Amino acid sequence: MGMGGFGDPRPKRSHNADKHGLFSNASGWKSLITFTVLALAWISGFASRLFAVIRFESIIHEFDPWFNYRSTAYMVQHGFYNFLNWFDERAWYPLGRIVGGTVYPGLMITSGSIHYILHSLNIPVNIRDICVFLAPIFSGLTAISTYLLTKEIWSSGAGLFAACFIAIVPGYISRSVAGSYDNEGIAIFALQITYFLWVRSVKTGSIFWACLTALSYFYMVSAWGGYVFIINLIPLHVFVLLLMGRYSSRLFTSYTTFYIMGLIMSMQIPFVGFQPIRTSEHMAASGVFALMMAVSFLKYVQTILTKAEMRYFYMVAVVGAGSVVFFTVVLLTYAGVIAPWSGRFYSLWDTGYAKIHIPIIASVSEHQPTTWFSFFFDLHILVTTFPVGLWYCIKSINDERVFIVLYAVSAVYFAGVMVRLMLTLTPVVCVLSGIAFSHLLGLYLKEEESPSSQDSDSEDDGSSDKSSRNLYDKAGKLRRMRHEQMKESDGLGSNVRGIVVMAMLMMLMMFAVHCTWVTGNAYSSPSIVLASYGQDGSRQILDDFREAYYWLSQNTHSDARVMSWWDYGYQIAGMANRTTLVDNNTWNNSHIALVGKAMSSNESEAYKIMTSLDVDYVLVIFGGVIGYSGDDINKFLWMVRIAEGEHPKDIRESDYFTERGEFRVDSEGTPTLLNCLMYKLSYYRFGEFRMDYRSTPGFDRTRNVVIGNKNFDLTYLEEAYTTEHWLVRIYRVKKPDEFNRPRIPLSERKIKRSKIFITKKTNKRRKGTIKNKPTVVKGRKPTKTA
Amino acid sequence: MANLSSVIAKFYNEYTVHTPKRLKIIDAYLLYVLLTGIIQFVYCCLVGTFPFNSFLSGFISTVSCFVLGVCLRLQVNPENKSQFYSVSPERAFADFIFAHVILHLVVMNFIG
Repeated sequence: MGMGGFGDPRPKRSHNADKHGLFSNASGWKSLITFTVLALAWISGFASRLFAVIRFESIIHEFDPWFNYRSTAYMVQHGFYNFLNWFDERAWYPLGRIVGGTVYPGLMITSGSIHYILHSLNIPVNIRDICVFLAPIFSGLTAISTYLLTKEIWSSGAGLFAACFIAIVPGYISRSVAGSYDNEGIAIFALQITYFLWVRSVKTGSIFWACLTALSYFYMVSAWGGYVFIINLIPLHVFVLLLMGRYSSRLFTSYTTFYIMGLIMSMQIPFVGFQPIRTSEHMAASGVFALMMAVSFLKYVQTILTKAEMRYFYMVAVVGAGSVVFFTVVLLTYAGVIAPWSGRFYSLWDTGYAKIHIPIIASVSEHQPTTWFSFFFDLHILVTTFPVGLWYCIKSINDERVFIVLYAVSAVYFAGVMVRLMLTLTPVVCVLSGIAFSHLLGLYLKEEESPSSQDSDSEDDGSSDKSSRNLYDKAGKLRRMRHEQMKESDGLGSNVRGIVVMAMLMMLMMFAVHCTWVTGNAYSSPSIVLASYGQDGSRQILDDFREAYYWLSQNTHSDARVMSWWDYGYQIAGMANRTTLVDNNTWNNSHIALVGKAMSSNESEAYKIMTSLDVDYVLVIFGGVIGYSGDDINKFLWMVRIAEGEHPKDIRESDYFTERGEFRVDSEGTPTLLNCLMYKLSYYRFGEFRMDYRSTPGFDRTRNVVIGNKNFDLTYLEEAYTTEHWLVRIYRVKKPDEFNRPRIPLSERKIKRSKIFITKKTNKRRKGTIKNKPTVVKGRKPTKTA
Repeated sequence: MANLSSVIAKFYNEYTVHTPKRLKIIDAYLLYVLLTGIIQFVYCCLVGTFPFNSFLSGFISTVSCFVLGVCLRLQVNPENKSQFYSVSPERAFADFIFAHVILHLVVMNFIG
């Protein structure tokens, strides 16, 4: 699908090339090419994100998107103001959650307004379809804004390359496939367009562009917490330019206008509130703002005084002002006026910080440090070419290239710290690789001028532009240039040029193939519908999650409270519409720790916690039957760690490891583990289960062991529902009058009875029983006892 | 000390003689905005910042008026023509108005 989508552009482009003869007007021809390439990039980017919809169906994926979808649906139904004031009593029972004030509303507003516009045009589209297809549509806008950014920095040819790269690069697709309805999908577009507008405003120094930068920054703030990256990168850019002695009035107008407008706009988002003037993350920007004012004042004084001593005075003043600002911030932080950095930001500098202090951050897999493998997996050839582009930018540096260099360096660092932040690296890698490819092909495809003349800026614009088009478009023109080259062969022979160009084309082709493959195989799984492949290649859909959630929504009381690990909170709320205790908005660590403690203590301890939290149902994910590795037993250690953080007396991580420090669920596992609630709920009745007649009963396919504790009963809970492949298991928590008290052997009983009395109470019959009541069986004479 | 006063005197002379009238009008506006900002700040120090959003919107609106005024002054200054080759004085004033429209819409929203 996506393969076809990307395969398309090439023939089309050569078709355009044939038209070339018809266009005597060069600029019209140029804009047609640009337009066509961007449109095709949009289409192929959109098409390659549809794997999930075609293989499965048009549904919302994963965890967070379910919350976004639920709140979008709420907003569409109840209106914007009700959405802002929404208090969700179905989440975080018994606390509840103020949704309007704890959410970045940009995503909901975007899709809500698309829905509104389409409906006022009498196009009836379900809000779910808008949510599913929002991210692929925005990927096209991202491609266009990347094109604009690269065009500002280098040339439009490089821009076309960058747009094509970002349309299909896996690092971005991973967050923007159809159905992955998350903040990042629109935030990358906002990020790129903000950077483009910023570069544009630095170039022109116009208030208008700076205002637009602030507006798009406002959109970014409303969409994603990653706006902090912008509000630190742009001041960093300004600061570095100041240090390099590249101060200009243009810089002053663009930065001060952007900062002050962006500041007041960002405070309009309820979730951000007064943070921009209260927290350390935002202080760099205001410091640079003050510095900028001081510098410009000095410059102004300088224009009038024009003395040699001014230079000395200037340096002293800059250093002085900088240190004054710095110490003010430090002092205010100590005085408590400005909040110190939040945990997530500490973990960016000190990678071990989260692991020690905040297990809840470390427990999320996307907060783990990035492996080398994932750099290649997500960026493929671009990871090797982007340093080349970086080098070209450094070699012929100017104001806006300083920006892209800083962007690249900081993004590389952050991507190394957290897997999730690969997303911020991807756009800049595409931009720089676009520059590299465009420049290299400029060298090897262009013959009219000597390659060395490329360095100058103005020529570069035209030439690399043209050459990149040469690559993409047309065999026809290429051949003509070869002829010319025969006449005036300088330096490189045509064979060398041909080989290099062929090699580069091969690389680009492999890149396209890799991107399609990764998109299809790794990033297009909705993760609430699983697919497994049989040995004959047949595909089997495992729809256990939705089966379980549907069961919950149909068979439980509408106020029922469901306890599960926080990963499934949003899904339960979104699909089953039941009250949850904890969910993916992990704002209350101690509440999560309480749930973790319940899961990791034994049944009677857990029952105390569950009654105190009014839990009616417990939901666990168990992958032992089908070999699903993301189940609760594999996440269990994090539950223990988080619980230990809050309740160190009751829960100790070491109790769950064997003496050799292993975590195992077979017969060598520790008794604490084999008797904790999570183990029991996962493996209840699993000891009797066998996959087929050859396998041993109780064989866990995920961990490839036979479980250690096979035959046990549940006292305080009862199994309510288990899905087809045992993936989701739901248990009902018994009320205090329901469960059987543990049986005490006769010899230990304090009150001896002459006769053994067996009660006939069951769940269904709660009537009293009469001692020695004659049993009457239909159709048989009562036997005489007395 | 004498040095400083002579510098200030020279500064004053330079300013009165060489600055175009248009810029002087802008400077008067800037001075007015600056004084407003200082009064607001003193007021908040004396009375307190209780409706914090109202204080912030008032203060930030003053600061941004000042900043935008400075930007306008830089752009219409004939000495800076080489830096702002794409911005004519009329364009600069239009941009100034545009920024103020956006700014005061936001301020009105924020002032509560």
